[in-house]
Amino acid sequence: MLKFTAEHEWLKLEGDVATVGITQHAADQLGDLVFVELPEIGAELVKDGNASTVESVKAASDVYSPLDGEVTEVNQAIVDDPSLVNSDPQGAAWFFKLKLKNVSDVEGLMDEAAYKDLIG
Amino acid sequence: MDDQAVLRTTPLHALHISLGAKMVPFAGYDMPVQYPLGVMKEHLHTRTAAGLFDVSHMGQVIVKAKSGDYADAALALEKLVPVDILGLKEGRQRYGFFTDANGCILDDLMITNRGDHLLVVVNAACKDQDVAHMKANLVDCDVTLLEDRALIALQGPRAQAVLAELWAGVSAMKFMDVREVPLHDVPCIVSRSGYSGEDGFEISVPSDNAVEIAKALLEHPDCEAIGLGARDSLRLEAGLCLYGNDIDTTTSPIEASLEWALQKARKAGGDREGGFPGAERILGELANGTTRRRVGLKPEGKAPVRSHAKLFADAEGKVELGEVTSGTFGPSVEGPVAMGYLPVSHANAGTQVYAEVRGKYLPMTVSALPFITPTYKR
Repeated sequence: MLKFTAEHEWLKLEGDVATVGITQHAADQLGDLVFVELPEIGAELVKDGNASTVESVKAASDVYSPLDGEVTEVNQAIVDDPSLVNSDPQGAAWFFKLKLKNVSDVEGLMDEAAYKDLIG
Repeated sequence: MDDQAVLRTTPLHALHISLGAKMVPFAGYDMPVQYPLGVMKEHLHTRTAAGLFDVSHMGQVIVKAKSGDYADAALALEKLVPVDILGLKEGRQRYGFFTDANGCILDDLMITNRGDHLLVVVNAACKDQDVAHMKANLVDCDVTLLEDRALIALQGPRAQAVLAELWAGVSAMKFMDVREVPLHDVPCIVSRSGYSGEDGFEISVPSDNAVEIAKALLEHPDCEAIGLGARDSLRLEAGLCLYGNDIDTTTSPIEASLEWALQKARKAGGDREGGFPGAERILGELANGTTRRRVGLKPEGKAPVRSHAKLFADAEGKVELGEVTSGTFGPSVEGPVAMGYLPVSHANAGTQVYAEVRGKYLPMTVSALPFITPTYKR
């Protein structure tokens, strides 16, 4: 199941673990990324709280946690090569995996059609 | 206040839109921050080929003495700017800055001897204030802001080859030479200078012909349009100051490590020693040093350290030393680069300091400027 937030994160649910990244739209808006800072494994994230920081040549931006949960895995590949986020944001350049506190919270997020309406 | 409603545009505005630029407000103008190529590739393209920048938002100002004599205009402007303008030869350009009574910097500018007058180029955000300052102080001069000219910068190792398509004589120009030449039969003023650390040119063009000249330059396969994003990373790698960030009315030229811009004639013992606002402080600092200096800073990690990040002597953030004034990722350096002010005790190259970024203290090393090797054609 693929879900989206108004802050331009995507979330793919498998069991009670969600893989989280930023959308193509977000990557395009940010421009060339040069730095990614990921949360630590084991970190307890809260919905809409800071989860990660990305930096383009021009500026730093926050990436938020789409839901409450615990970080179980992070994607070191995008730390080593931030440009991966520009080239494959909704695939290989996922950010982190989150063991959700309440799986049912996913229902409150946007589906792909609603997100596409949002970004026009 | 609705800034969007009052944004000004340059003569190249429609061209930027047609090239797919992302536009942002800058110094009251709607300006291209990047094109579809993106900041990273635009930066690298300028360092390896040629980049075309619209800098028409900057102020181009004619200063002409009522006597018609260059020396009278030069001596008048020397009352506001601590550099040797009288000694500037015809067709030559020089960097300078307006100082205030505290010996700090009101704006920086480029000054050209155009034979019977001066052409000065000032920052967009300061141009109204600079023109007022000159009009108030240069009483025997006419000061005219040129509202009908665009300014196009062409920068990079292939800039000469690109411009040579329009004017074969370009190769005879040296760094800081200025020539009036027809390009496509349009009278243009070409200087061999810029703001990227690369060889290159700034071309003053009548507004009505700006699109035609820009398109002619962009026709060359080596030339790409470059936005303000890459302009900033290029100048920072080149160690060049951005007014409002690295220099302002709280920094003296000596603190800013710009003493190279003061020639002998204006320094102690020179023919025209002092005689500019804040001379006592500036000449005093030249003789006795300052308490702080602008330095290059190289973060050890990959995280860019941006302007206003606080600098500390220790990794616990106990002893605050100063602040970063410009910082970004340097595409040619392939890592983050920054500039900032540090006490002279910590300003030597190789000194380690710590920058506060998102609650962490990141190690940075004081580094010689520039971060890249400039390729000016001297």
